[in-house]
Amino acid sequence: MEERPYRSASGAPIALRCRQHSASCRELVVRCPRLQLRSLSAVTSAVWLAAYALFVLSENSMVLSAAIFITLIGLIIYLHFVKIDQESLLVIGSLGIQVTSSYASGKESTTFIEMGQVKDVVINEAIHMQKVVYYLCILLQDPGDPQGVSEVVPLFQSSKPRLDCLTEVYKSCQEILEQRKTALQSS
Amino acid sequence: MVLKVFFPSCCSSAESGILIGRWISGQNSAVILAVVHFPFIPVQVKQYLSEVQQVTKVSVSVLGSWSNSKQEKEESLSEFLEDLGTIFSHEPWIQISKEGNSKFWSCSTLQKHSNNPKEEEIILVYYDQRKVMLSHLHSPLDTATSADHEADDASKLSAIFDTVAKSKILFMTDRYDDGPIKLTHWQSDGVEASIIVELMKQASVPACMLLTFLLSLISGICRSRVLKFWPLSFLWSKLSTCEQLGHRLQHLQVISSNKKAQTQTQLMRKANIFVSLLIDVALGILLMSWLYRKNRIGHLADTLIPVADHVAEELQDLLQWLMGAPAGLKMNRALDQVLGRFFLYHIHLWISYIHLMSPFIEMILWYVGLSACLGLTVALCILSDIIALLTFHIYCFYVYGARLYCLKIYGLSSLWRLFRGKKWNVLRQRVDSCSYDLDQLFIGTLLFTILLFLLPTTALYYLVFTLLRLLVVIVQGLIHLLVDLIDSLPLYSIILRLCRSYRLAAGVKFRVLEQQDGKPLRLLMQINPLSYGSVVQTYRLPTYSCYPKDSWTSLCKKLFLGELIYPWKHKGEKQD
Repeated sequence: MEERPYRSASGAPIALRCRQHSASCRELVVRCPRLQLRSLSAVTSAVWLAAYALFVLSENSMVLSAAIFITLIGLIIYLHFVKIDQESLLVIGSLGIQVTSSYASGKESTTFIEMGQVKDVVINEAIHMQKVVYYLCILLQDPGDPQGVSEVVPLFQSSKPRLDCLTEVYKSCQEILEQRKTALQSS
Repeated sequence: MVLKVFFPSCCSSAESGILIGRWISGQNSAVILAVVHFPFIPVQVKQYLSEVQQVTKVSVSVLGSWSNSKQEKEESLSEFLEDLGTIFSHEPWIQISKEGNSKFWSCSTLQKHSNNPKEEEIILVYYDQRKVMLSHLHSPLDTATSADHEADDASKLSAIFDTVAKSKILFMTDRYDDGPIKLTHWQSDGVEASIIVELMKQASVPACMLLTFLLSLISGICRSRVLKFWPLSFLWSKLSTCEQLGHRLQHLQVISSNKKAQTQTQLMRKANIFVSLLIDVALGILLMSWLYRKNRIGHLADTLIPVADHVAEELQDLLQWLMGAPAGLKMNRALDQVLGRFFLYHIHLWISYIHLMSPFIEMILWYVGLSACLGLTVALCILSDIIALLTFHIYCFYVYGARLYCLKIYGLSSLWRLFRGKKWNVLRQRVDSCSYDLDQLFIGTLLFTILLFLLPTTALYYLVFTLLRLLVVIVQGLIHLLVDLIDSLPLYSIILRLCRSYRLAAGVKFRVLEQQDGKPLRLLMQINPLSYGSVVQTYRLPTYSCYPKDSWTSLCKKLFLGELIYPWKHKGEKQD
């Protein structure tokens, strides 16, 4: 139940918490780096300085109220649609895998993938510009072709943990997915 | 394997009894639909279940026992409940018991013929029965699987949703009914019904019949031979108002049909069309009341003629400019004068025609404005048609300029080939070499030179009128895009997603409830609603959409060669 600190791909501090609810149910929560007060105040002061400069040039006070309005609306949009607070993975053996992203405003967006559609959970590496990035993804089964993969669902897109954190998550998931294979073999 | 029990949250406080529902053996899950209370006669229960099974085609059976005791667990009750397992033979027999007000229930199974003595894990999933029954699952898996797959192949979730949705008849008996069987389910406290809905259902039948009769009359008139004569039929096909009216007529026919909607998609489409028509007519009436208040339509009619005059004057100024030295270019004087005078005369004809019509304009506009009550889309189409009629002279100029330019380009290309000693072979569709006589070459070269030096003048006229025509086309295109948007937006689905989001489900989400060691895993299954983008995409109404016919490259090629362009294509129009 404890939280272990890790680092994201860009160096920001993130935390992983692993909860075992039962023998076949595990929840893995990665907490993303928080919104920094520094960056927030920097952006706000930049916008307001620009607005004040425009006001001095144009002598129109609408510019100032417009700047305040824009800052508020922009902050609300950022918190509700962009800033993700934590990403969690709930693996329920024999039911499915649920991926949740919680935004800073409290909104949660959830996707549930049934176990019948999950082929495997793997760590893939991607080359992006000059970096090699590791990411965890769920491979979905192609209904027509038993060997084929119809879709790749990447996980932890905004927290982007590094390989050490990803291996922990991978091991937890595979323990539960193996139970599915042993159940299939025994029946 | 893990045993999954889907328990309705409304039965959490029910009295002790036996559980009935559906057992899905392929997924080792039991969907509990209701609890049958004591006292009951097993034979009557079995008979009732077989009746329900016949009607709903869902294999409902007795799955286990449920004991809700306020005091400590009684030994005799547990033995009695185990004995019930022998009467209603079901493999495995599920026993759920709740003590006092504890949240944590104990769940166990009795397997008589199992070769696996190990205790299998049990997951208890609570679900809201009413919401799951009313909801429609839009999983991408449904669209992928073909119709002849068995029900077992379907995803677990759609099997569960199907089971609950098809068992509606089971939920029709409530506790005030005097029957041999006493059930607890989501409607057992009293069957829900709404007077308004029932009244509307009763009223809709005669209303539909009346509407069908009126529509058959109208479509009979429209299809009569009188309106099919050549000038009239050509006119109807060119006016976008007639197309829009025909489209709406089709919609009305869909709504007023007597057949009940078979599938969810058909029902949603009917509802969407109905709401879209209603909003359209409401907006149209609003527009009409705004136009007729303070006689705005009279003012509009009064400004129409001066605007048309102004446009014609601007065109005349443009032509005078072209006849001089436009942008410093030197034109061929003779050709310039000929073309300029020709177009000026055309404008003069147009202005006289408009002035002839001016006394009648106000009356025509007043009556045409009344048709805005048929809908906002019809009003917009009328606007687009009025723009087309008022700018008809620009269209004519464009056609003249384009034809002239096109002829010139073809002539030039053919004579250029002659210049090089080649010829276009029509049979083989390729360029072949050819030996010309001397006089042929002489005349050909002369003509080529003449056409080449007259090219800048023609090209300039063509360019100017093409730009004007493109401007008009863009304005008309924007109006039609708006009409399309109003036509195809599924308003009912969007409002349903806003107010009753559980009706349109993209999937489910699970929430892990408090756990206790030794007790089964407790999960809460909630409905994950469809996103607004997918709602619009799934339930879009089909339209006679107009979308750009040509890609950018082919459009540019046509413009360069001088071919006439009709950028907005209507579905169902002949390809030319």
